[in-house]
Amino acid sequence: MKRLLILAIAMFAVAPVAAIDTDRAFDDPELQARYEKIISEVRCLKCQNQSIKDSNVFLAADLRREIRRLISEGKTNGEIQDFLVTRYGEFALYRPRASGKTLILWIAPFLLVLFGGFAMFRVVRHRMALPIDDDSVREG
Amino acid sequence: MSRYILPLVAVIVLIVFLVIGLTRGDPRALPSPYIGKPAPEFELPKLKDSSATVSTEDFRGQVALVNVWATWCVQCRAEHQFLMDLAANDSIPIYGINWRDTQPEALRWLQQLGDPYVASGFDVDGVVGIDWGVYGAPESFLVNADGVVLYKQLGPLNWQIWERDFVPLIVSGDISQ
Repeated sequence: MKRLLILAIAMFAVAPVAAIDTDRAFDDPELQARYEKIISEVRCLKCQNQSIKDSNVFLAADLRREIRRLISEGKTNGEIQDFLVTRYGEFALYRPRASGKTLILWIAPFLLVLFGGFAMFRVVRHRMALPIDDDSVREG
Repeated sequence: MSRYILPLVAVIVLIVFLVIGLTRGDPRALPSPYIGKPAPEFELPKLKDSSATVSTEDFRGQVALVNVWATWCVQCRAEHQFLMDLAANDSIPIYGINWRDTQPEALRWLQQLGDPYVASGFDVDGVVGIDWGVYGAPESFLVNADGVVLYKQLGPLNWQIWERDFVPLIVSGDISQ
């Protein structure tokens, strides 16, 4: 029983160990933090629900290598995003930039909340105007 | 009666989006941002002769097909016979980008299955693949005489796709038919 338990735990312990790119790319902690933030926000095009930070397909590794190169060449985050968008389109970024094409993505949530609030307001106001005809209320 | 109109409209809008989402084909297929724009320049060592290079200059001035392939790519094998037939047809030069492969295996592939390419570039570390926005072989780009990308096919080509999507563009020479 104990053995089984250890086996089971070991099984789950493997997954994080097998994860990707454990080597530090930069000695400078600031650059390393920037690098990690960027690669966690780039979609792996081959495995579209993962970032290139979480994926170990070679395309993700290639993209990480290119981003490391761009960072060490002193490119800004904006320039790195441009690099990716030119090649793969806006879809490659998990955090799409606010541009004409992606504007709807940014404003849609607020529009939906506004619309929902308005609908709720209408319903509540309508109900408040109704006479109370609940028996329990009348008797209480 | 009128109180039902708004929810009904909302449901219809939802259904329309759902139908569009479900019927627009392969959801993984991304439109290439290069359509209508100049193809990215490349210069790669030739697969068959590392001392020579193949580059975008080689097909400037003619309509060409740029095919991204690899020996580890199962779908490329399915596509290969089509490329052989197309090359035999002699209507369009086919240039290959051998993506993330090993040279011996790629050479063996061409020896066994035939070589439809005018030349294949050997992109061993995938840099040109990234420049072209490649994310899954096979991918095929139709490039016109001015070096502008007219069309990109994700996945294996066949005659049906060729006649439907490529031939009209080759005839008209640009995307604004």
